[in-house]
Amino acid sequence: MAPAENPAFWPLTLIVFLPALVAAVLSLPIFPKAREEIIRWITFATTAIVFLLSLWVAVPQFFGTAGAGQFVVGQPEMQGVVKLPWIESFGIEYLLGVDGISLPLVVLTTFISMLAIAASWPIKKHVKAYHVLFLLLETGMLGVFVSLDFFLFYVFWEVMLLPMYFLIGVWGGPRREYAAIKFFLYTLFGSVLMLIAILMLYFTSDVRLLSDEQLIATHVVQPAVAAQEISSIRSAESAIHTFNLMALAAVGQLPNSPFAATTVWLGMSLETWAFLLLLIGFIIKVPVVPVHTWLPDAHVEAPTPISMILAGVLLKLGGYGILRICYPICPGAGLSLAWLVCGLGVVSMVYGAFAALAQTDFKRMVAYSSVSHMGYVMLGLGVWSAVGGQEYRWDFWAQGVNGAMFQMLAHGISSAGMFFMVGVLYDRVHHRNLNEFGGIFSKMPVYSGLAIAVFFAGLGLPGLCGFIGEVLVTLSSWNYSRILAVISAFTVILTAAYILWAIQRVYLGAEYRGPHEDALKPMTPRELSIATPLVFLAILFGVAPQILFQYVTPSVNQQVETLANWTRDVHDGARKMIVAEAEQELSDGHDVVKGVQSMSDEIASRWAQD
Amino acid sequence: MTPELNAGTLLNDLFIDTVSISVPLFRPELCFIATIVLLLLCRMLPLLRYVDSCGIALGGVCFAAWFAYVDFIGIGNQVGESLLSTSAMRQELFGGLLVFDSFTAFLRLVLAGFLILYIILTKLSGIPDREDGADFYSLVLGSSLGMCLMVSANNLLMVFMAVEMASVPSYVLAGMLKGRPASSEAALKYAVYGAGTAGVMLYGISLISGVLGTLVFPDISVEISRVLAAGGTSGSTMVLCLGGLMLSVGLAFKLSAVPFHFWCPDVFEGAAAEVGAFLSVASKAAAVALLIRVAFAFSMPESGAAVGMSGNLAALADSRHFVVYVIGLLAAVTCTFGNLAAYGQTNMKRLLAYSTIAHAGYLMMAVAAAVAMVTISPEGARDAVTAVAFYLATYLFMNLGAFGIVALLRNRLKSEEISAYAGLIRVNPGVVVAMAVVLVSLIGLPPLAGFVAKFLVFSSLVDAITTGAESPLMLSLLAIGGLNTVISLFYYLRVLKVMTFDPIPEDRVSEPFPFVSISGAMITGLVIPVVVFGVFWSGLYAAAHLAGAIAS
Repeated sequence: MAPAENPAFWPLTLIVFLPALVAAVLSLPIFPKAREEIIRWITFATTAIVFLLSLWVAVPQFFGTAGAGQFVVGQPEMQGVVKLPWIESFGIEYLLGVDGISLPLVVLTTFISMLAIAASWPIKKHVKAYHVLFLLLETGMLGVFVSLDFFLFYVFWEVMLLPMYFLIGVWGGPRREYAAIKFFLYTLFGSVLMLIAILMLYFTSDVRLLSDEQLIATHVVQPAVAAQEISSIRSAESAIHTFNLMALAAVGQLPNSPFAATTVWLGMSLETWAFLLLLIGFIIKVPVVPVHTWLPDAHVEAPTPISMILAGVLLKLGGYGILRICYPICPGAGLSLAWLVCGLGVVSMVYGAFAALAQTDFKRMVAYSSVSHMGYVMLGLGVWSAVGGQEYRWDFWAQGVNGAMFQMLAHGISSAGMFFMVGVLYDRVHHRNLNEFGGIFSKMPVYSGLAIAVFFAGLGLPGLCGFIGEVLVTLSSWNYSRILAVISAFTVILTAAYILWAIQRVYLGAEYRGPHEDALKPMTPRELSIATPLVFLAILFGVAPQILFQYVTPSVNQQVETLANWTRDVHDGARKMIVAEAEQELSDGHDVVKGVQSMSDEIASRWAQD
Repeated sequence: MTPELNAGTLLNDLFIDTVSISVPLFRPELCFIATIVLLLLCRMLPLLRYVDSCGIALGGVCFAAWFAYVDFIGIGNQVGESLLSTSAMRQELFGGLLVFDSFTAFLRLVLAGFLILYIILTKLSGIPDREDGADFYSLVLGSSLGMCLMVSANNLLMVFMAVEMASVPSYVLAGMLKGRPASSEAALKYAVYGAGTAGVMLYGISLISGVLGTLVFPDISVEISRVLAAGGTSGSTMVLCLGGLMLSVGLAFKLSAVPFHFWCPDVFEGAAAEVGAFLSVASKAAAVALLIRVAFAFSMPESGAAVGMSGNLAALADSRHFVVYVIGLLAAVTCTFGNLAAYGQTNMKRLLAYSTIAHAGYLMMAVAAAVAMVTISPEGARDAVTAVAFYLATYLFMNLGAFGIVALLRNRLKSEEISAYAGLIRVNPGVVVAMAVVLVSLIGLPPLAGFVAKFLVFSSLVDAITTGAESPLMLSLLAIGGLNTVISLFYYLRVLKVMTFDPIPEDRVSEPFPFVSISGAMITGLVIPVVVFGVFWSGLYAAAHLAGAIAS
């Protein structure tokens, strides 16, 4: 379909590539380096336009139009799908689209990016290079959320790395070089594993296994010329591989899924390996405890706006990847490894909270709070596949996943806010030692009020955005494992402890004990205009979570229901069928040992991951 | 003896074979020869001494590139029109010494294209100077002629001749910087190493020919399967293995594969950066191509010979297994060692030398995958050869760009140490951005050409795993390749770190060249393909896929 024929082409394409385009123009020599103000304003205008574009897609009623390419709330399927051939010999496509899972994250990204540019005004070093790299970073982040082709996804995923390396390494704090290379190294390790998994899935996939309806639903074929393309697929002699994420998911959920049937190594199926490799790649980004150590360094050394981006957006990429890619494509492995995901989530939750308690650096404490909060996301995603076996009620899974999605969005708001609040203070007194603060409330009352609101949102106080996600995740995990639920509920106390203690040491207290006391001036209008929207949204989403849930829930529920049905019909259904067949054979008088053996062999070969 | 085989008909047949079949497909090489003669002639005639030898060389190479392009398009059209299999597209030249097929055509085009860019670059960077020009370019072209023969070799004797023809001028090139002891040392090391490995290779070739009774590639697989099927009691299997290993010594030297890589860092450091560029791109491309030719000769059943020889074909599987493991193990060691050793380097040329070694490892992984799949999945083998061809084409731009930047910076900074590049971003951001693109592409990050090349190599390994061709080896190669990508991040990024994060050194001799200049345009011209082939790689892939047709 030519770009002009598809009205959905421009909105998504512009959202993704406008920042990169402006970056390319800015990097031309015609923009003298000295015109810093112009560069700042151009960049801000770009991020604002991209934000408005994403709002135009997400909330048509604001603009009074209901045109093509705009999102229809309540419809769970992929919308605004753009499909153009890119590399035909590998079936790689320029395939974009949004649903209720990705769209809120897109809007979050454009929103946080805009605020982060506004927060970048104190950056004085190499302003031009900073803004060019920032815009490239924004393209990478948005591209990951909207791409539906695995190759394209990977390209965008990697495009983020280099700008982020330089943004931390050039504009960061004293240990910036160490933090930058550590960030790069961890992420690259994860993405190499991801690349291997992508290739394994690609070479095992075969779209010929899908039914005609599935081929149309997963956008493998164009609806306009469906009959023709389907017939060419049906007449193909060898397997047709695909990078299409929706098609890969459909193939992975087939009863005769080639991913589950292929054994790769150590007797484990390709599905299990792919799930593990992808999971490692994503949990490095989340980050989850054994692989989280890049995060405190990167957050602490990065300049304030980059910390906002890191915490507000980049960490969400991991959760998004697990939700969008790991579970739908490798459902069998997801089901059998649910304990791993849940366990990792709870471990990071508790570990992050304790580590945050131990910090004396304000920013490091906030960084560890991110580890703890993202643990809830992992737990919420993990309980997803937990229920099965006896009853196939998927409401609890859906609750957990909805909670995890909400937690990601809420954490995007609150953690970006927390890092910004720390940055405001650091810009004035140039230190972050928790024990040298105190009495900020009396010197900067407006700032302190806003900051405390944001920190309470992070704490998960009812009425603020952090509460909803945590409570949903904790409730849903009760049904999976009571111990995990109890631990995650108790973590809230730890969270309250470190945040209240920090508030006490920084904002309350008798007097300020650190250096540069005279620099504690009230917030500037620019700072206020960044803090206020964050606080406003933290309250709004706390009071009216429905605003977000109306987007998230339909898509999440659809995916959960699909996977629940998959568990019933395919996973357990096929096993029951095999068992029944074997019992039938046994009753027919076959050799008992032989019958049991063939039954177990068959189960093992079909569900090698069990 | 048939009566009509007298001298007259023999000569006539030879004449027809040479003039009407071989020479028309040998035009690029003839251009090289003519240019060399012209260059040397100009030296001798007093009037022509003032003609710029660079211009002559460039002209000759452009002709060669044009003919190579015409040949490539010609063979592309043949495939497109008739959908012939490759065996029908093969055209043996000069009585079977050389072979012309799509692979030859593609790599010859890559080599000639490289030479055009290379000669322009040497003109801009000022090595060679006017006095040395004729010598330098005739050596480069002579070596390139040898590489063209390597690419199209169809006979073990030709393998030896071509390797020597490519190597001997390189020894002299390494010693071009006459005043510098390091350069002479490099030349000597290179020559001694080269001579040693050439001797071993020649011995291996004679062993193989002794056992098999043939030197011609298409016959080798037939003879091997016959010898192996007859049983190894006679000790011929052992001799064959030894011969194969000795042959691989010579190839590993050209590839700078571990443990025959010791010359590489020293030569690259001692010789001029321009010479390093030539060795790391052209020589490597030719060596990998030759490796593919030789490996296929020892493992691919000759089409048409399969009738009634199924038992012998099974015997060929042993030979293939051997070849795959030799190449695979060499690849794993080479890749890992190159990347680890690069980590400690302080000299940019040395670092690039180890990077070259590491990339030879990635390339050999794809070769191993291609050989492993050659009977099980010809399409997969074709994709693997395609990956190699694609890799070589993109590697041209990446490495020529890197060495070009090193050479141009050397003229300004009078140093090739990495520390001399400190803070370059503040003086000359254009060069640093270009270097960043090149190095990041060498790491293999999207959206740059190096990523696509690595993606294709890894995908051929995964393809081999899923089709079950030597799965355990391919799986470990995949793991090693992935791990190496992560390791390589360190040292490539360190260069960028020095260029961007570090402060400008106090003792900087002079300012680097302005980016808005011919040199800057040259660098830009080398870097743009790295980006373009990273995003729009369909066309280049199609061309490489044509070259890969030799595997199916």
